[in-house]
This record gives sequence, C-alpha cells and structure tokens, in this order.
Amino acid sequence: MSINRREFLKYAGLTCIGVGVGGAQLFVTRVKPAFSDFKPADYALKAKRWAIVIDLRKFKTEEDYKKVIEACHSIHNVPDFGDDKQHEIKWIWTEDFEHSFPHQQNKFIPKTVEEKPVLLLCNHCTYAPCTRVCPTKATFKRPDGITAQDYHRCIGCRFCMAACPYGARSFNWLDPRPHIRHVNPEFPTRTPGVVEKCNFCVERLDLGKGPACVEASEGKMMYGDLADPNSEIRRYLDENFSIRRKPELGTQPAVFYIIGGEEDA
Amino acid sequence: MLEKALNGGKRYWTLIFILLGISAVGFFTYLYQLKTGLGITGMSRDVSWGFYVGQFTFLVGVAASAVMLVIPYYLHNYKKFSKIVILGEFLAVSAVTMCLLFIFVDMGQPMRIFNVIIHPTPHSILFWDAIVLNGYLFLNIVIGWNTLQAEIKEVPPPKWVKALVYVSVPWAVSIHTVTAFIYAGLPGREFWLTAIMAARFLASAFAAGPALLIILAMIIRKYTKFDPGYEPIQSVAKIVAYAMCVNFFFILLELFTALYSNIPGHVLPFKYLFFGINGHMRLVPLMWLSIFFSLFAIFLLVWPPTRRNETTMLFACIIGFISLWIDKGFGLVIGGFIPNPFEKVFEYWPTFPELVITIGVYAVGFLVLTILYKVAVSIREQQAESGSEPVH
Repeated sequence: MSINRREFLKYAGLTCIGVGVGGAQLFVTRVKPAFSDFKPADYALKAKRWAIVIDLRKFKTEEDYKKVIEACHSIHNVPDFGDDKQHEIKWIWTEDFEHSFPHQQNKFIPKTVEEKPVLLLCNHCTYAPCTRVCPTKATFKRPDGITAQDYHRCIGCRFCMAACPYGARSFNWLDPRPHIRHVNPEFPTRTPGVVEKCNFCVERLDLGKGPACVEASEGKMMYGDLADPNSEIRRYLDENFSIRRKPELGTQPAVFYIIGGEEDA
Repeated sequence: MLEKALNGGKRYWTLIFILLGISAVGFFTYLYQLKTGLGITGMSRDVSWGFYVGQFTFLVGVAASAVMLVIPYYLHNYKKFSKIVILGEFLAVSAVTMCLLFIFVDMGQPMRIFNVIIHPTPHSILFWDAIVLNGYLFLNIVIGWNTLQAEIKEVPPPKWVKALVYVSVPWAVSIHTVTAFIYAGLPGREFWLTAIMAARFLASAFAAGPALLIILAMIIRKYTKFDPGYEPIQSVAKIVAYAMCVNFFFILLELFTALYSNIPGHVLPFKYLFFGINGHMRLVPLMWLSIFFSLFAIFLLVWPPTRRNETTMLFACIIGFISLWIDKGFGLVIGGFIPNPFEKVFEYWPTFPELVITIGVYAVGFLVLTILYKVAVSIREQQAESGSEPVH
C-alpha cells in the first residue's frame, strides 16, 4: 500500500490528536489518587494530631535508652554503620542535654540533667520546613500531623536535610542492606540515594498498635492525640512542665520533653 | 552556523579532544558513583551538600553575569560591547549547562528527576529554580544564535529577539535570586538565614562572571584573529571592580550583624570558617586566601594604572575569580552546615572521585563553551577580514 504526502499528513495529524487526547485523559484520571477508595481498618489508631511525650525523669539507665532505640531500628530495617559517622542512619538516638537544646545554654543546671542523654527523633512539626522545601512532595504532612516520607518518590536532592533544624533526617549514602543485621520482612528496606527518618510507626498505627519506641519504653514515653482535650497525653502535659526543641523557629514540634531535676536523677 | 565548529585548526581539535577525554573520565567516575552511591563523596549526615552544590551555586552566578554586558549594550546602547555581548551570552549557556549537570550528579536517585515535573510543587524553591534555569538556558541559546545568524546575513536581528533580550534581563536576576532563596529561607541555618543573601549572590556573580569573561577574551585575543579590543575589556574591568567592592561590602555587613549581635548561631559559622572551632579548621587557610585575594584584586582594579595595564588587570581578574570561587563554591555551602543543628562540628572535604566528577562536569561546560565560542569567533574573524561591523 502506498500513500501520498497528503494522506500521510492526514494520518499523522489524526495520530497526534489521538495521542494528545489519550495523554490528557491519563492526566485527568491521574488527578484522582489510585487508592482513594481504601479506608483504614476499624482497628486502626486515628488522631487529629499525633504527638509524643518523653519523660526523661523516668529514664535511669543506659539500658532504658538502648531498648527504645533498638525497638525502632530493628523493626524499621535501619542499617547500622558502626563507627562510620559519615554514612550513619538513625531514626531515634541520644545526645547530651547541651547539644539537644543548644539554645537553652545554662551553666548552672543540675549536673544530673546536664549529663543526662536526651532521646531525639523527628519532631513531626506542624509547620515542617522539610515538607515545605521538598520538590516532589516525597515528604509530606498527613492529616493526622505525621510527617511522612515516600522512599519511592524521593529523588535524593537532600533539600529536606538542609531544611530540618533538628538533624532528624538521614540519607542513604551507600547501600543500606548489607548493614541490616536482621531484615524485618514486614517493612521495606531502602535503596541508596533516598532520605529517611522516623515515621511515627504509621504502619503500626494502621494495625492498632502505638509507636514501637513508646511500647519499648515501658511507660517512660507516651503517645496520643493533642487535638483531643480529654486525651491522656493532654492531661499529662497539663500536669507536667514540658519543653520542646528550638520552639523559637515556629515549627511547632510534636515531641515534648519533661526534664525534671536533681531528685529525678 | 554550527558547521563553523567543524572547521578548525590543529590547536582547536586538540583542545576539543582533551576536553572530551576529561569528560569521559568524569563520566566513568560518575557511573561508579551511580553504582556505589553518593557515599564515595565527602558528604555526610551533617554536611549533606558539598562540592557539587557549591559549584552549582557559583556557576548560576557566572551565568547571570551575562546581563552585565546585555544591559549596557541593549538598554544603554553602549556600542563598544557589540562584539563581545555574544561571548557573555554563550558563557551563560555553558554555565547553565554545568549548573544543571551539577544538580544531576548530586541527586541520589537521578533516574527519578522527572518527579520534579510529574509532581510539580510550587512551595519548593527547587521547583522554581528548575524553571528559571531552564528558561534562562533557552533564552540565551535563542538570543545568541539568532543575533549571530542575523550578523552573518548582515541584517538586523528580528524584532522578537529584542523582546527576548528585554525578558532576559530580569530573568538573569531571577536565576540568582531564586538560587539564593534555596538557602535564605531555612529556619535553623543561621549562616544562610539573611535577607542580604540574594543581593550578595548577585554582587559576587557580577564580579566573578565578568572577570572570567575578561580571562576568556584575553585567551581569544591571543589564539585567534578576533580582538575584542582594549576599551570594551577596560569597561568590563570597571564592572568587575565595582561588583567586587559591593560584594566585599556585603560580606562586611554580614560580619557586623553576626558579630555585633553576638548570637551564637550567627557567630559560629564565621568562627568556623575563619578561625576554626576546637581545632577543626580545614577551611581556614582557604577563607583567608579568599579575603586576601579579594582585597588585592580590588586594589589592582580600582587603582587606574594597574587597571589600565592589561597584565596586572588580567592578574587581578584571575585572583578575584579564585577568591569568589572559594567564597561561594566552597565556604558558603559548607559554612551553612557547620556547626550542625546540635552545635557540633563534623567537617567536610571533597574526596578524589568527587573532584574527578566535578572536573568532568567543568570539562563538559568548557566543551560547550569552546564549540560556541568557535562559531562566534569564526564569524568575528570573517567580519574583521571583510571590514564589516555587526548590525543590530
């Protein structure tokens, strides 16, 4: 079959229109998220504003901290790079008081407080700078206040790491898999080149379980709904004076610390 | 027009193949990085941007500086720039190409780069940076190419090109402003959190870019039959002198606010850069070299006898360029990360593969520049032979 130029142009034009309409159609259907019909199960834990309280008064021994960190890192397949500080990945870890609250400089606080390790993790800020700067919405705010991270959309630009004032984010500089001691098949491992951080155990909330760190802390930490005035966490914050990291930045962290004094050592 | 780039002497082809060779070495090193991860660089959890992002930031400035020739020539009808405006526009093309490549090699998941387009996010400054940089690249290619083409045909360029030229002026300012906004809007990075960041970026850009242009113009004069001329280069040197002074003034403003207010978050990065903290002082010699070179270059460019003497003027441009490169390509990015959010110091230094990839990207940029300049210079040489002048 031979076609002349006129016919060729006609068919080429029609093909272009077809592809264009098809593309537009794809684009329009894309607007509706593919999984929008999915609803969380009845037993899933829900809240308007998730938050965590860390009562440092109750942390006494090194073991108390270790259990919490281990619980988080083992279920989330967080690799252990040992002494390699350059490539390390951490979701929850400890730092001394002075460096956890660098804007709270005070030489005269009780020695016990000064030397006490503070548990650090993502603050799940209400006005999170990391989600503001992310060019692909790979990190985003959920309606329940959690700052989530999509490892499959992240392009690894690390803008969020520059933006986070709390050093909560880690980047997979190398392949993390050889550094995971026991892989938990229930949770994804990561590829090199993406950012990760504490996810407030969203996968556990969906199953009706609280964050792993809180569970492992055996009552030294608490999670709950800040938006509910009758929640246990609100009552606890009413009764105990708490502080947050770098509140002057206006990020509204959702992790609260109760410090205590000499008698709580 | 591109055929002129295929018709060169032995020296031209040697340069082309050297640049191709360096690019290839950079490319294979990049494949190694792609396979192993960005862990082959000196970057860390604390200093999460390094040399690549520094070069990107610096080169955005070099690209924006084309406007320092465009404004006098197109807006003030300063005819002496008629022959060299094209050098500025093509330098911008090459610089933006390098910027985009540096962003690319810095990405952890480069194969996902189109996520920036499929998931457009206007509240991210990077989204806007992608738009303005690509737009600027397009503008300069179209403008440069069309004005040259018109020159060959000895007709004035089409009117719409003039319209694009006017658009390119604020656009040039925008690329560096948006790049400054990447840094200047982050809570908790006090070193970058300064309203003067965009202004300082522009000042250093308008010094570094034209300084590089002078160096390139001198090279062209030496190795080709095209002479950009004494007077146009002198005018560019004056632009460099002014911009270097303004840039230095801005650095002093930063120092005043940081040191007089005495707020630790503002003081510590400067302390780290210029004196070191607790014995961590990898950047200290470089930063002082930058200050010394800046002052010396300012002296040589402001004092008329040393500016009028082309040898000392060229020397001033070279050390001024190095000074600004250290300040922006190195100190600015690294200084923002040290000390870290816990006020602890974790230092950074580029690794060997990181440097090879960096040099590879520069080689690609200079390859683009060499080819574009070859086209422009060939046309200028023809004009010199036939005695015609560019008509605009």
